[in-house]
Amino acid sequence: MIAHVHHENINYLKASRGFMSWLVTVDHKRIGMMYLASILLFFIAGGTFAFLFRMELWSPLKEFLTPDQYNQFFTLHGVIMVFLVVVPGIPAALGNFLVPLQIGAKDLAFPKLNITSLYLYWIGALLALYSIVAGQADQGWTMYAPYSLSRNPAVLWMLVAAFILGFSSILTGLNFIVTMHNMRAPGMTWYRMPLFLWALYATAIMQIFATPVLAITLLLLLMENFFSIGIFDPALGGDPLLMQHFFWFYSHPAVYIIVVPAFGVASEVIAAFSKKEIFGYRFVAYSSVAIAIIGFLVWGHHMFVAGQSELADSIFSFLTFFTAVPSAIKVFNWTATLYKGSIELRTPMLYALQFLFNFTIGGLTGIILAILSVDIHLHDTYFVVSHFHYVAMGSTMVAFIAGIHYWWPKMTGRMYNEFWGKLASHLVFIGFNVTFFVQLVMGSHGSPRRYYNYLPEFQIHHQVSTVGVVILAVGLFLALINLLVSLKTGAPAPINPWGAKTLEWTAETPPVLYNFTETPMVTHGPYAFETEKA
Amino acid sequence: MATATSGLPEHHVAHHFDSAEQEFDSAKTGMWLFLASEIMMFGALFVGAFIFLSMNPESFREGSRHLDWRMGAINTFFLLTSGLTMGLAVAAAQAGQQAKVRLNLILSLAMAAGFLVVKSIEYASKFEHGTLPGKLWAAEGFTQPLVHLFYSFYFVMTGLHGIHVLIGMGLMVFCLIRSTQVKFARNYFTPLEMTALYWALVDLVWVFLFPLLYLIG
Repeated sequence: MIAHVHHENINYLKASRGFMSWLVTVDHKRIGMMYLASILLFFIAGGTFAFLFRMELWSPLKEFLTPDQYNQFFTLHGVIMVFLVVVPGIPAALGNFLVPLQIGAKDLAFPKLNITSLYLYWIGALLALYSIVAGQADQGWTMYAPYSLSRNPAVLWMLVAAFILGFSSILTGLNFIVTMHNMRAPGMTWYRMPLFLWALYATAIMQIFATPVLAITLLLLLMENFFSIGIFDPALGGDPLLMQHFFWFYSHPAVYIIVVPAFGVASEVIAAFSKKEIFGYRFVAYSSVAIAIIGFLVWGHHMFVAGQSELADSIFSFLTFFTAVPSAIKVFNWTATLYKGSIELRTPMLYALQFLFNFTIGGLTGIILAILSVDIHLHDTYFVVSHFHYVAMGSTMVAFIAGIHYWWPKMTGRMYNEFWGKLASHLVFIGFNVTFFVQLVMGSHGSPRRYYNYLPEFQIHHQVSTVGVVILAVGLFLALINLLVSLKTGAPAPINPWGAKTLEWTAETPPVLYNFTETPMVTHGPYAFETEKA
Repeated sequence: MATATSGLPEHHVAHHFDSAEQEFDSAKTGMWLFLASEIMMFGALFVGAFIFLSMNPESFREGSRHLDWRMGAINTFFLLTSGLTMGLAVAAAQAGQQAKVRLNLILSLAMAAGFLVVKSIEYASKFEHGTLPGKLWAAEGFTQPLVHLFYSFYFVMTGLHGIHVLIGMGLMVFCLIRSTQVKFARNYFTPLEMTALYWALVDLVWVFLFPLLYLIG
């Protein structure tokens, strides 16, 4: 039943009622909230698989999973976390909610396309889940040929799922870029846009230009499975390395699709809780774009031991070092923003500082892996696993959680409990680092990834890591429960609880149906804390 | 339809836009970005085809010699001419000439259909001779070892392009229906402009496919 109350000045949660009113909505805020709920649900699912296979790794012997189930579980963990959680993650959930609010628009440029991309996400997600009952997908999230050419129905459904999810991602990115170009409120110049939006813009460029290459790769893999066309099949004269090149041409930029939005969240939170203009705004803005561009030129560093020419290896290695420059600019600028700021250690800020710590480790271990001679030793070890978890989980998910806490009052109209929020953030920090730091150690000692069995000397490392996962899980659930409880018992949120300067904090809490009762006139930059003091 | 052209209702700007201009600009930016993603998708296939061509030039040339370049040339003519009529349809829409819009759309549709007819004649002959992709290969009398991979690229690339032709035809039909519902004018011709842009991509891909597949022999 849809009961239309349709008052433009009623908050978006109450503007219309009933389950159907959410399913047919074109409101970017509701779509963002539905994305948020879906992504968190899959985060729990993907996390559960990780939790289970980490328990299995408690000893080198069988605990409760067979080797085939172990392969299936790490595949499901990877596919769910990459394609359903971190890639859509911050842009689809927070970006959808915030892009129009931060530029002073009524909605995204293409509201119907926006709800379409959510439905594509749901269809892709259902197909990915269906692959669990269709059989045991064991090809890993990288879907390399020939693992993915087994005609295993579970693998096939996963390929179709990733193909559909790719379209969802392209449409979201496209919508954001068009909106930022054409829908900005009067006075909202490019350099008055919050850095979150610059980050989403850079991300959208990568979504639009890299994802289609994944789409064609998946299409070719499907053709390979159904018709044996042979392009990736060495038995027919094809080239499996071409598949890896195509795959990483998408999946390396995808790493930046995953982490660049986190940079955006960090910029917002650090500025708001330091009560200070971001140090070097333009450098932070352009470094996102620089990372997006360089990110297209480094895919070969995933293939140093795959049989590339030495010349190609050297060029990819050099370009990979180059990505450190814009990343370091960001880290230094955030740190400089903290310097002499009036720092307030609220829950979002604690997560943002964690992000800064974890991202520094994630970034620097990336530099270590970019060194050709070292990579030959570290390739396919736990060192690599830990490196990308420091980026995808320690940086992106932590920043995502920071963003959820930061914008929660605006999105839901409720304040959460600060004590439990902070406690959860400490547990997440400890749990995450206990889980993954030890993996850097065991990886550097040569322990290979994705193995069901391991040498007894690595048992202590595995056990530390497994204990870390338990702490991490407790922290994450505590954070989630704290947020959910606030929906019932939280104090009503004021319009601007953190005293931030970006435009979304001038909208009602929660925002009205078309965001602003009248089109805002923008007269200052996103972090104009100084002007107020003067 | 009894509705006289002049009696058609004017287009209304969607609620979240301030002006027709903003709405049109948004549609246009979005379409260009979408076309960019399409080019990346076809681009990967072209890169793959070029790599295999440079590694197995003799196999690919032998494969190409068994395609009929005259068929390809006729199809090139069909697509380029339909590109012209789509452009004329946009110009007619800007001038508010609904009848001319429809005429040009129908001409474009006819040529697109002609393209598909020629393409299916070609496909039928491939099936007859067994020059099919990868493991399906059943042809005899070829001297080079990897001709089947040439046909893998041939079928994947022309197949994907053919799907785009069909989608383009769908858009043209949509524009035809739209031309009976709403008045095209200088301030509103968005569906035609978008269809013409999309059709230009279909043309562009073919302009590169034709020499790559038919003319390397």
